[in-house]
Amino acid sequence: MKHTLSVLVENQPGVLSKVAGLFSRRGFNIDSLAVGVTQDADISRMTIVVDGDEHIVEQVEKQLNKLIPVIKVKVLEPGMFLSSEHALIKVTCRAKQHAEIMNIAELLHASIVDVSPASLTLEITGSEDRLNTLIGLLKPYGIKEVVRSGALAIEKGASTALKQNAKA
Amino acid sequence: MISGAEIMVKCLEIEGVKTVFGYPGAAICPFYDFLCRSKIEHVLVREEQNAAHEASGYARAAGVPGVCVATSGPGATNLITGIATAYMDSVPLIAITGQVNQWLLGRDVFQEADITGACESFTKHSYLVKNAADLPRIFKEAFHIASTGRPGPVLIDVPTDVQKQMVASFSYPQKAQIPGYKPRTQGHAIQIRKAAEAISKAKRPLLCCGGGVVLAGARTEMIEFAEKTGIPIVSTMMGLGVVPMDSPVYLGMIGMHGHENANRAMHDADLILLCGARVGDRAVSDPQQVSDTTKIVHIDIDPAEIGKNMDVDIPIVGDIRLVLRALAAETDYTAPAEWIEHVKAEKAAFVPKGSPRDDYVEPRSFMRVLSRMMAKNAIFCADVGQNQIWAAKNFNVKEGRFLTSGGLGTMGYALPAAIGAKLAKPHRQVVCVCGDGSFQMSMCELATLKQTGADVKIILMVNERLGMVWELQTKLYDGRHTATTLTGSPDFVKLAEAYGIPATEVSSNAQAELAAKRMLESDGPFLLVCRVDPDEPTL
Repeated sequence: MKHTLSVLVENQPGVLSKVAGLFSRRGFNIDSLAVGVTQDADISRMTIVVDGDEHIVEQVEKQLNKLIPVIKVKVLEPGMFLSSEHALIKVTCRAKQHAEIMNIAELLHASIVDVSPASLTLEITGSEDRLNTLIGLLKPYGIKEVVRSGALAIEKGASTALKQNAKA
Repeated sequence: MISGAEIMVKCLEIEGVKTVFGYPGAAICPFYDFLCRSKIEHVLVREEQNAAHEASGYARAAGVPGVCVATSGPGATNLITGIATAYMDSVPLIAITGQVNQWLLGRDVFQEADITGACESFTKHSYLVKNAADLPRIFKEAFHIASTGRPGPVLIDVPTDVQKQMVASFSYPQKAQIPGYKPRTQGHAIQIRKAAEAISKAKRPLLCCGGGVVLAGARTEMIEFAEKTGIPIVSTMMGLGVVPMDSPVYLGMIGMHGHENANRAMHDADLILLCGARVGDRAVSDPQQVSDTTKIVHIDIDPAEIGKNMDVDIPIVGDIRLVLRALAAETDYTAPAEWIEHVKAEKAAFVPKGSPRDDYVEPRSFMRVLSRMMAKNAIFCADVGQNQIWAAKNFNVKEGRFLTSGGLGTMGYALPAAIGAKLAKPHRQVVCVCGDGSFQMSMCELATLKQTGADVKIILMVNERLGMVWELQTKLYDGRHTATTLTGSPDFVKLAEAYGIPATEVSSNAQAELAAKRMLESDGPFLLVCRVDPDEPTL
């Protein structure tokens, strides 16, 4: 089962390697990891998707909490958060296929961000399922390259992880 | 103006550091240049790994962080085993390493090693210092992190240019402010109540005491709790010394090398209170088997230890000392007499193995005799291998300490750790036991011993083989003994004498007893070589 963790860390060099290293040496399976700075420039958020049972996710949470630059770890409750991913997909495409691909893009709310005589590049933001659907539909045309950001997640409603940890 | 190197020394002084163990090199020279102007004593080891072990022995004996220093590259990488050893046994350690100049970092220049990266998985935290102005904050944080919560090693890697960098002024922070680091010491009241309730229903309760009890200084609380409730105690190897072997509440050491009656008590118990024990595989080989039938209360300051290896019914995060006090206040329980009689009878029926002999020193009976001869508060260091198990099962730690590398199982630990312990506690008797395998991993420290004049007595059990591995090969590898015979070892008596350290060799228990008595009465370091039957089993 997949679990999504929202992790606040101090925005310092080397933190990513500490987190990633912890996963590899303890044998936890990372599905995706996305990092970016929060509204506080000193704090970054990592959204980590982990595959494993309840025991694994409990250990991941506890071991992450042991890392000194980790400020807070929150295992997001299923159904109580919004998750989104961003992808850029480059497809092999002759001019006469442009219309077909543009139709597919429109169906899935993707946009065409680059055109060349031999390729089209699409951009999509959405759930993992929607991204997979688009990639599946584009596959027959020949996918040259896919770049995915990994999942980002935010809790629904007013609650936040950061709020409770705002610097005093 | 003040240099980074001077700041480093000042930080150590403010932290109350009296002794550091190290080995200089070009990349740490600016620091050494100021260290020699300080009152801090520097112990020159003969190889960096021993600096970490000596600092570790010092830390464990003194109860404050030990400090070791090395230069960049090979100096730093030589520290690794000592740092990992300290990590596994939760020893507060500050490792300071020199690093190449910042502008050369990442270019694989002479004596460059990414030591913070290399130590990532066995330091509690690490720093690569980029600016001398950050040094006071970093040292403050490092000492705080190393010595609070679950103690552990912290590495501070300082490039040479940062040591030379001049900053306007020096001020040391009053407090370390780390947003993500707030170890919980008080156990949760509701959890403590739940544990008290579970105890009140238990018919066969057992206390299991681990290294965390020693680290928390919770010896008195542990014994008082056991005496108040009548709950018997078993210990892990790291928990040895909390309760004397002859105490009526103590049953013995658990684990694959433990006492049979203690293991049986673990098996028979219907409630186990794990206190500062991480349920390592050598202590409990199949945790699931225990947890299926037994209620488990696990007390540990490190939440990640709870539930890691064993399913736990009642977790309590906190300092063992405080939790045991709170638990004692919550309970009026008295353990059923039937259970007490049962475990006492099993302990009484346990016959210690080994009896004196004339052709060799019988190590188990010798350990028992030795512990009777030694001071009550002596510090005893055991190395790793057969000597460690002979000592762990037979040496009665009364009011002193038993130091060994229980987690990582690092051969060569005992001699340097004993030197560190002696320098921390100069008025306490310090004795170490090694095998001829483990001793040869750190025997260069005889020079450090001589140079410091530390009064450390060394008992060397010589059986000319790597006894434990030999046994393993006998049992599991059809008796194919590969690379476990120690031919080419020196004459250890002559070796010690070459260092100016008196030594003697004995080959019977009677001789050993007399020699040990003379050794303990002598001034200064001494090496006692005991000839042990090569086929002497571990258990």
